Amino acid sequence: MPLEVLLVEDSPGDVRLTQEAFRKAGTRINLHVAVDGIAAMDFLKRQGIHGHAPRPDFILLDLNLPKMDGREVLASIKDDDDLKTIPTIILTTSADEGDILKSYQLQANCYLNKPVQLDEFETVVKTINVFWLTMAKLPPRLDSFRERDR
Amino acid sequence: MTINASGEDVLKEVLLVEDSPGDVRLTREAFRDFDQTVRLHVAMDGVDAIAFLRHEGHYANAPRPDFILLDLNLPKMDGREVLACIKKDESLKTIPTIILTTSDAEVDIAKSYQLQANCYLIKPVQLDEFENLIKSTSDFWLTKVKLKQQTQAR
Repeated sequence: MPLEVLLVEDSPGDVRLTQEAFRKAGTRINLHVAVDGIAAMDFLKRQGIHGHAPRPDFILLDLNLPKMDGREVLASIKDDDDLKTIPTIILTTSADEGDILKSYQLQANCYLNKPVQLDEFETVVKTINVFWLTMAKLPPRLDSFRERDR
Repeated sequence: MTINASGEDVLKEVLLVEDSPGDVRLTREAFRDFDQTVRLHVAMDGVDAIAFLRHEGHYANAPRPDFILLDLNLPKMDGREVLACIKKDESLKTIPTIILTTSDAEVDIAKSYQLQANCYLIKPVQLDEFENLIKSTSDFWLTKVKLKQQTQAR
């Protein structure tokens, strides 16, 4: 069964790179994309056009996003008893100490810098793939709960 | 992490909370083989782990760990309680805390993520797989992940 991954990213270039890097890494995933924070929350709460959205197995979250920024999205996820168990990985160009600290305070599962170089970017996605998708045990899927929830 | 005068991180501090001497030894050897800049600290039970993190008793000079590897089944105070304690503490909650346990019970996995474990790893029984896991963990958390820079609390 493919893993469901939500990528919250407003740059079409980065979305495409992430898709290609996952494809190269060879893991079967369904990559869902939200281009701003509001769209991400709609997806997670299955609102509007996202009425049948799957629950992501994990989330890749950019910090600087239009409408509702990544810090607010992270806070909303980690404040929500249902959503808080979804591993949420910050993937951002910001190397600012304040952003790193704030993200861990808000209980991001980890913080990764998005490299500017293409090959390094691929390496980071590959590492996420190896560590989170093959080594780490992700939270169990709560399918029955999800069905009831709809 | 310990920062030298030129701002480089010279030593990475890892706290392993584990009561099995065999697993402690394997973990120590795997880190030694893979990354000699890791300084592994060991707490053998939950009470000991919290004392280390809070610099209590003979841990007054303990460094703040860059990350924590936490077993779930521990004497005195179990891993779930230690995790809850870390994630309720404003100062400690920012330390990535990785569960490393033989338990593959869904209830343990779900509970750990509810308590905001940063990630959950199952301890493999095979020696080479165990080494591989420690290497990947070290590679991911100590080289790829951005950790909060912090000079040691002394």
